Amino acid sequence: MTKRILIAEDERNIAESLRFLLTRAGHEVSLAADGDEALAMLRRAPPDALVLDLMLPKRSGFDILKTLRAADETRALPILMLTAKGQANDRRTAEDLGVDAFVTKPFANDEVVETVARLLDGGGHG
Amino acid sequence: MSLRDLALATALGFALLLFLVAFLADRMPGERQRWFASPLVYTLSISVYCTSWTFYGAVGSATRDGLEYLTIYLGPTLVFIGFWSILRKILRISRRDSITSIADFISSRYGKSDTVAAIVTVLALVAAAPYIALQIKAIATSFQVLGAAGEDPGGSASMVPDTAVALWITVGLALFTILFGTRSVDINERNFGVVAAIAIEALVKLVALVAVGLLAVYGVADGPGDVFARMAESVQPRPEDFGLRWVGLILLSGAAILCLPRQFQVTFVENQSERHLLTAAWLFPLYLLVLSLFILPIAVMGQATLPPGSNPDMTVLTMPIAAGRTDIALLAFLGGFSSATSMVIVSCIALSTMISNHIVMPLALRSSAVRLEGGGDVQRFLLRARRAAICFILLCGFLYMRTGAGGAGLASIGLIAFAGAAQVLPALLGALYWEGANRRGAVAGLIAGGAVWAYTLFLPTILGGLDAWDALAAAGPEGLAWLRPDALFGMQAGDPLMHALFWSLLLNTLAFVLGSLTRLPTPIERLQAALFVRVFSDRGGAGTVRGRAASADQLFDLAQRIMGPDRAYAIFRRYAASRGEATEFPSVDDAFVAHLERRLAASVGAASARAMILSVTGSETISLDELVRIADETARLMEYSAEITRKSDEVERAAVQLRAANERLRSLDRQKDEFLSQVSHELRTPMTSIRSFTEILVGTPDLDARERERFIDIIHAESIRLTGLLDEILDMAVIERGEPERPPEPVDPAAALDQAIDACLGLSRTAGVRIERSGAARAARIMGNRSRLTQVFINILSNAIKYGARENAVIRVTERAGEGSYVATITDNGPGIPPEEARTIFDKFSRGRAGETVAQGAGLGLAISHAIVERLGGTLRLEPSDTGARFEIRLPLVADGSVLNDVQSPKRSHSSSS
Repeated sequence: MTKRILIAEDERNIAESLRFLLTRAGHEVSLAADGDEALAMLRRAPPDALVLDLMLPKRSGFDILKTLRAADETRALPILMLTAKGQANDRRTAEDLGVDAFVTKPFANDEVVETVARLLDGGGHG
Repeated sequence: MSLRDLALATALGFALLLFLVAFLADRMPGERQRWFASPLVYTLSISVYCTSWTFYGAVGSATRDGLEYLTIYLGPTLVFIGFWSILRKILRISRRDSITSIADFISSRYGKSDTVAAIVTVLALVAAAPYIALQIKAIATSFQVLGAAGEDPGGSASMVPDTAVALWITVGLALFTILFGTRSVDINERNFGVVAAIAIEALVKLVALVAVGLLAVYGVADGPGDVFARMAESVQPRPEDFGLRWVGLILLSGAAILCLPRQFQVTFVENQSERHLLTAAWLFPLYLLVLSLFILPIAVMGQATLPPGSNPDMTVLTMPIAAGRTDIALLAFLGGFSSATSMVIVSCIALSTMISNHIVMPLALRSSAVRLEGGGDVQRFLLRARRAAICFILLCGFLYMRTGAGGAGLASIGLIAFAGAAQVLPALLGALYWEGANRRGAVAGLIAGGAVWAYTLFLPTILGGLDAWDALAAAGPEGLAWLRPDALFGMQAGDPLMHALFWSLLLNTLAFVLGSLTRLPTPIERLQAALFVRVFSDRGGAGTVRGRAASADQLFDLAQRIMGPDRAYAIFRRYAASRGEATEFPSVDDAFVAHLERRLAASVGAASARAMILSVTGSETISLDELVRIADETARLMEYSAEITRKSDEVERAAVQLRAANERLRSLDRQKDEFLSQVSHELRTPMTSIRSFTEILVGTPDLDARERERFIDIIHAESIRLTGLLDEILDMAVIERGEPERPPEPVDPAAALDQAIDACLGLSRTAGVRIERSGAARAARIMGNRSRLTQVFINILSNAIKYGARENAVIRVTERAGEGSYVATITDNGPGIPPEEARTIFDKFSRGRAGETVAQGAGLGLAISHAIVERLGGTLRLEPSDTGARFEIRLPLVADGSVLNDVQSPKRSHSSSS
């Protein structure tokens, strides 16, 4: 069964490549270009997994993460966080806030696809 | 009940009273506790200087050696009145750095070295043995005198104390001290209880001695006249009075008031307020004066009334008994008891702190007997170490008393201890006044002085009488006569004390100076030197080591094992609150780590605290950036330090500069770090697209041709973006470094603007933007670089194109020249720049989020333009505007080339399809 995945990423080309990869992996993909849009889409139709950029316009990835984890219906939503900052303390913060996986840009395509697959299988915290 | 039993009961009752006072003082609520923090209590606690040596021994000394006993009061009096500035300086530093002992003080100054701390500790411990022995002996003999009051009125049999009695007293003192002194591990949590008890004992001493004195003058003698008449007969002025030995003894006792561990403890560690020192400066000498006033009358009347062969050290006790006043005798006994116990308690607290912090703790840290990473209760370990140390110290004192030296007069035993403690003086004064003094000098001086003292003064007192030592002393070791302990380098001195004092302090000072001059100090030594020597000009925590990383949890774990969870929690909470952070634990930064290190230093000393903090923060967690930063700072500090030593008259100013430079460096470092992290982020973004699409192209053979082409286009575009980004960063670096690329030349700004508009035509046409130009600035000339100026115009124009209106976009360009300035404005009719972004628009990497996907660069364009215009002496500003964003570029004109022209007629109009 196809899974629905939301990609929240403001860099158009990166969003484009992610869409290509995850669509090809058999998922149904939708895009959000900033934090507010992402949150609106999440509320309208919660996806099966979320790929979340850290540095989003309008509302940061941490902010969205915090909001999602505070709400009952999205507490267990598998979330993969992407960041180009590559700093250890960001990873720690993300983990403290309850992210399921954390990938640094530039990423290997396989890593993203496999991590998403693992998250969808429910192996989030493995 | 015999007099001795009565005395024993009194002593026990008095000890109970002291416990009660200490208990109440510690438990009292903050308001009333302030009573104990008065300058009077502080001064009385300093008089712990007056031990049973001065209480009993001064009379003995006066009987044996005339007026010499006065020197012991004169030295401290001189220091408190004449050299008050030394005390104030030590106090200021001790309070600032939470110093725990004299060993901690000296080691802090010499690079927080645990070697220095250990040497001072060993020296202090050895020197303390005779001193403690003196107190045990005094209490033991006073018991014996009271016990034999009937048959031996002069106490002559008490010359050598009874071993069993002395042992019981030693055990009692150990228990007493442990109960009193080791309740809290953080001795910088000032110990109200002990200080209050010491102050009461000081009062008892004073009252007792004055009572015995009044008895001597008005009870035994017939008033002062009688005493003076007898004095003229019995106390003959001797030729050596007021001679060289006098000077030596005054120097010695002056050194002792600074260097004795217990004096350091009460004067500097337990001090509540710097203002208290002002009171002590006159009140303590006054206390000494009153105490010394009756010594001579007591000695004279004792000689006159007691049988020949009496023990002169016990006159204070035997004279009242002989006069039939057992009440005063009992009071005198209590005074002697107070003198001895207060000395033992404070000495043991000071020494046990030094032993546990500077010997046990470093060894434990090194052998990892104390595990800081988990498990292991350091606090309890420290307390146990301190208790064991107290027992050890008292045992040393007891054993010393049992040697041959135990038979000597109280005063001569005390002087041996003074001479040992005085070996710290060169390192102490050097720490305060000589910035060039360093660790090597301190170690060399302390070892040289300590060794000479031990060889010429201390060892003879315990080994004298052994055949091997006597042979050595007579002929010199290996027959080298110039090394005889009583005649070093062939100097025949009749006075072993002065002989030892002369050589030990001379060689100590020489080694200290030569050691310091033969090695350059390390950076931390320089830093500490500056912080100590210039304590009054150098406020603030410039001495923090930076770049240490650890989590708040790790640090808390460490702290709670040293000071207990409650206090550790309170420190963390208070610090977080003081920073306005709502969390329990503060965010860890250099300032907090330094703060915590100071708090730990209050428990375990500077050297151990530093080692502990390092064990948690660990060097392996220091990032490369931080290493560079620390290295930079160290290099800069060393540069400044070298300059400071060269120009001593500029010391004050240099310190201010150092702080300013430090601050500047800090802020530049922060900016640089931010910049690097931004650059990394900006470079990673196009790299991500390039890598991802490349992998897609490689890994997807069945990709259809149209998509393949689109992906290749994206890779191409992102590569160009990456190149542009690198160019911008390099540009920025060149401009920020301020290197002139080319000598400035006259430039026609209007022509540069023309060129920029031409260059942007392609872009504006694609985006459907019309550029309208008005105004004129004919023949205007500015000094600068034409291509840089063109770059500024292009940057602003292309921004206007990117972020301007989506439909019917118009960019209006105006220019004029006059009043010494060339002014160009570029205005678009887009959404404008929101106020919150307007403030940071010229900062690096600040980029309007709205059009980010169109932007090619890293957002350095405006920052670069701003820097260029500033270098040309002009301004680039975002002007308030009703429609869209409006930038104004203002440049100074070359003086003679200016032409006023403000005609608002259209000059040219570029347009493209809309």
